[in-house]
Amino acid sequence: MHRPRWLIPWLLMAPGLLWLLVFFVLPNLQMVTMSLSSGSLGRGYAFTWDFDNYLGAIGRFPNNFRNSIVYGGLATLFTFLIGYPLAYGIAFRGGRYKNILLFLVIAPFFTSFLIRVISWRIILGESGPVLGIVRDVLGLVPPNFSIINTPLAVVSGLTYQFLPFMVLPIYVSLEKVDLRLIEAARDLYAGPWRRGGAIVGGIGGTLLVGVVLLALGYAQPTITGFLGSLPPMAIGGLVGGAIGATLISESFVRVTFPLSLPGVFAGSILVFIPAIGDFVNAELLGNPKTQMVGNVIQGRFLEQNDYPTAAALSFILMAAILVAIAIYARVLGTEELTGGRA
Amino acid sequence: MTAGAPATEAAADRRRATPAGRLRAAVDRWAVPVFTALVIAYLLLPVAIMIAFSFNDPPGRFNFIWGEFSLAAWGNPLGRPRLDDAIKTSLGVGIISTVVATALGTLIALALTRYQFRGQGATNLFIFIPMATPEIVLGASLLTLFVATAQEPFKTLTGGALFPLGFNTILVAHIMFNISYVVVTVRARLQGFDRRLEEAAMDLGANEWSTFWRVTFPLIFPGIMAAALLAFSLSIDDFIITVFASGTANTFPIWVWASIRNNLPPQIHVIGTVVFVAAVGLVVISTVLGNRGERRNRPVVAPR
Repeated sequence: MHRPRWLIPWLLMAPGLLWLLVFFVLPNLQMVTMSLSSGSLGRGYAFTWDFDNYLGAIGRFPNNFRNSIVYGGLATLFTFLIGYPLAYGIAFRGGRYKNILLFLVIAPFFTSFLIRVISWRIILGESGPVLGIVRDVLGLVPPNFSIINTPLAVVSGLTYQFLPFMVLPIYVSLEKVDLRLIEAARDLYAGPWRRGGAIVGGIGGTLLVGVVLLALGYAQPTITGFLGSLPPMAIGGLVGGAIGATLISESFVRVTFPLSLPGVFAGSILVFIPAIGDFVNAELLGNPKTQMVGNVIQGRFLEQNDYPTAAALSFILMAAILVAIAIYARVLGTEELTGGRA
Repeated sequence: MTAGAPATEAAADRRRATPAGRLRAAVDRWAVPVFTALVIAYLLLPVAIMIAFSFNDPPGRFNFIWGEFSLAAWGNPLGRPRLDDAIKTSLGVGIISTVVATALGTLIALALTRYQFRGQGATNLFIFIPMATPEIVLGASLLTLFVATAQEPFKTLTGGALFPLGFNTILVAHIMFNISYVVVTVRARLQGFDRRLEEAAMDLGANEWSTFWRVTFPLIFPGIMAAALLAFSLSIDDFIITVFASGTANTFPIWVWASIRNNLPPQIHVIGTVVFVAAVGLVVISTVLGNRGERRNRPVVAPR
């Protein structure tokens, strides 16, 4: 061996790291420069410390930022509410079908992302099965109610697209839970959650329905809007309370759930990042008012050729994601994420 | 099958005594499995819709509404202008980017798991960052770089290979986003690796080169294959980054996106169905082969 030993790993890594340096780091530096430049594609861009790009980006597209955060946040919440019980079912009730069930969870990824969105256009459409059942057969909603081209459709699409990203990390952390801990909790008289579950589930269900109605624009933030959404909120509270009191046990609240928090954290990040930057669902399932930041970035870059504004928007998006992750890590507590059992 | 079943057996017996208790026991027993089945059905519904609508003869230009059963699209799956070119580009980019990214990524994974060196933690973080960056930012930043190469001094440096946009730029982008996924996948496999096997080979007189090819490589090969499969499927399906890097070139997803403003032919669903069936078949085959290989290797790999 004539080469110094410390050099070997760097020689192995050199081609790959160089590729990332040139095609990941350099483009991002280029984009910082671009976000502070002025000019046009025809005349060329000059670096002018033009911070107006950032002010303009926020000032002109506040609704798109709001849509991104609201829809991305709701999609993360829904994937959690659907994905957690699913991961729990596979981990604890899957038995010998575990691997097949996991395969079915990722099977949608074997079709093209765009085709999955197109399928949702069919499912949620005017002559699709959802409206066919809920509106035409059961009559639960007014006859002029539609889903496609509304915020509800966009959030439904985002929730569906990224659900497996939530399920898999939660499954991994549930799978690692030591069953003896749950037995120990039961031996120490952990029973059904009953009163605590009824209270937490009831309040949670009520708030959830209220927030969703407000966020999706079905209720206005006024007194009448609030009064109008009381009946569905009450139903949400009853359902949440019933679930909390009957299906959730103390050993789950005290043992299983805390141990699965790292999975919840990872899953939320894996869902939130692509959801907040997505533009395909908003474009194909929504209307012009449901456009997200991604739609603006895509349009500015590829249609209007307004590169400086688009670059500034991209950087604000990145910053927003980093801040969200930092806050989330703080709220959930980093100790649970790094510490714990081997 | 149920978690901690013995502990709850007695309690369940007690509850079964009354009708209300029986109901509770039934809910306890069935709520989670039924929910699991419903969500799996929900996940597969769009796939089922895709397959069904590949047999549709839509009443208009858009394949959104069921007309009548037809095999027309299956008889002529490429019968749309430029669709065959798009699929060729998709396959070409997929294959080349998979090979390159798997090679580069495997080297990084080897370095990260087999050597202790200064800057290891930073390198791990650096590999992770592209995966945590939204695709739209990756795509947009690459586009600004590609556009910059239209001007000097980059123009002579790149020889005009990266502008105007096309096959090359799509390929560059796909290799870039695939490297991190390959590193993570291969690294996971290498972490469970028993170094004593290599030491044994060396003790028996093998040099470093033949130890690598005859002991190390065969053992990490399943991990490399898994990484390659992942890279290929990410590349074939990528839309958001590709839309920024493609210019006038088409991959299949870009072709669908361009098409959807004017029409949505059932051919899209036919190709989607073919890809789905092929991918599922590939995974099933590789799982079966992998299980068989695992069984064969079991006595060789010492339990850890």
